[in-house]
Amino acid sequence: MTQATVASPQGARKLGNSGVQFRKQSKFRQWLNQENVSGYVCALPFIIGFLMFLLVPMILSIYYSFTDYNILSDPEWMGLDNFKEMFTNDPLFWKSMGVTLFYALISTPLRLIFALAVAMLLLKNSAVSGFYRAAYYLPSILGGSVAVAILWKQMFAQDGVINKALELFGIHTNFAWLGNEHTAIWTLIILGVWQFGSSMLIFLASLKQIPSELYEAASVDGATGWTQFWKITLPLLTPTIFFNLVMQSINGFLAFTQCYIITQGKPQNSTLFYMVHMYNESFTNYHAGYGAGMAWIMLLVVGLYTAILFATKRFWVYDEEA
Amino acid sequence: MTSATINDVKRDDIPVYEHKKGIKWGRVVYHVLVMLGALLMIYPIVWMVFSSFKPTNTVFSTAGQLIPTEWTGVNYVNGFKGFSGTTFWTFLGNSIFIAVVATVGTIGFSAIVAYALARLKFRGRGLLFTAMLLSMMLPAQVMMVPQYLWYQKLGWTNSYLPLIVPYWFCIQGFFVYLMYNFIQGIPRSLDEAAKIDGCSYYGIFFRVVVPLLTPAVVTGCIFSFMWRWDDFLSALLYVSDTERYPVSLALKLFSDPGSSSDYGAMFAMATVSIMPSILIFLFFQKYLVEGVSTSGLKG
Repeated sequence: MTQATVASPQGARKLGNSGVQFRKQSKFRQWLNQENVSGYVCALPFIIGFLMFLLVPMILSIYYSFTDYNILSDPEWMGLDNFKEMFTNDPLFWKSMGVTLFYALISTPLRLIFALAVAMLLLKNSAVSGFYRAAYYLPSILGGSVAVAILWKQMFAQDGVINKALELFGIHTNFAWLGNEHTAIWTLIILGVWQFGSSMLIFLASLKQIPSELYEAASVDGATGWTQFWKITLPLLTPTIFFNLVMQSINGFLAFTQCYIITQGKPQNSTLFYMVHMYNESFTNYHAGYGAGMAWIMLLVVGLYTAILFATKRFWVYDEEA
Repeated sequence: MTSATINDVKRDDIPVYEHKKGIKWGRVVYHVLVMLGALLMIYPIVWMVFSSFKPTNTVFSTAGQLIPTEWTGVNYVNGFKGFSGTTFWTFLGNSIFIAVVATVGTIGFSAIVAYALARLKFRGRGLLFTAMLLSMMLPAQVMMVPQYLWYQKLGWTNSYLPLIVPYWFCIQGFFVYLMYNFIQGIPRSLDEAAKIDGCSYYGIFFRVVVPLLTPAVVTGCIFSFMWRWDDFLSALLYVSDTERYPVSLALKLFSDPGSSSDYGAMFAMATVSIMPSILIFLFFQKYLVEGVSTSGLKG
């Protein structure tokens, strides 16, 4: 039908203005309705977004990382000086890298162990299991908020809840958990581990997918609960554990808000996270070029870490296809 | 023999017949332990909520006691006064505005993009899919300096634009991925039927896909809203006028040593700030759980 109109242009012209318009529109529409074109039109927001807000800033920041740039005046090329400064002349770079690795590599496994243990417990169905699940999950909903950060700061204060709770056990103390360079980082680790709820949900979901026949067969063969856990549950969960380990430790490397609000890196920079150091350098000291360089180094570290984890995958992650 | 008998007995019956008493005690211990753990987990939050109803000078002297001896609402009155002439209502309004506008855009456009990636064949689709996965893996924090410098160039600093516009352009690949997975589950025969009836590819999206997409849209909206609501870093970078502060930044100001040390008011406003998340949690738990367990994301 439409094609007929297009095929006889003279006829269409006779119809007057509206006819011509219709013909033009329909050609445009035909072009627009091609699958190829439709695809680009629909994907356009992401194409623009990816180029404008990810790719361009990333490429620009490569350039900035080789410059002295204080945001206000023009960047000045200085080759590798930023990186030289980082590796040889900035003790805080190494300090913050160490603190961040410590934090990520301690809190992530702990979080996963708690998540798995509680998931195993909650697998049992009872009248209150909905409440249990909700209670254990709630902290990971709220954990990233500023509200919880300022709450944490007060809990571990000298006259905070933690010391008051210790009184119940006969320990009278006004120890400043956040003021001691050995304990301060642990308050942040506890905050991280406390949010194990989302990993727990993921474990619960994958636990439920393990076919019950496997356990039945194992029982018949005389395997006890503990053996079943080591021989069936854990191996079948390794893909989930792997995925969570990767994602959560990356998040750990990039922790910012909680440290920024709770400790600001104090005391003696014992809780100075890499991201906070990068923020301070870029926006407090106006070394934005240096900050851009730091961002790239962190990206490399994250990439390397992920690559290493993937390399170890075949040794401990169960592969269904193998 | 053995296997036959086991198969004959219903699984649920075994414990009841075999160890009547032992199981009962085991259950009691189980529930006591799990319940204690659950209470311990939510105690900090509950403590904060109750503390917000204590007279501000007793918050710390009575920190060991949960229920206030003397209930008061004065912390909420003081908290809502805000600071430097801006009430806390303004901060709430700002946060709602940012979170809602960003969420509407990100979910709407992510759905269209996901449709293109899941259903339409066009050149470069594979490349785009990789880009989407990349944007999902790329942590926002690493981008803070590069993006700041770029927005600075665009003249976007000191405005809400960096907090909203990038999200309209699906910068968070997660939402595209969420919708993509969901659309994969919609039978293709529906598309084909619509196509035979003369529907264009856009028509298929609006008439076939969108109506079926509701669960993914709800899940996406919930996560987007909560993430935007909690977002502290970009507010810290891009918002400098006190009257334009979102709640997260305003709370930070409350807790700064320099400003008033009205802990009661601080906890009151902290409680207010987590209310949206709590409400979402109470009413949409199903969607949250599904979203987390199916896509295995952070929380």
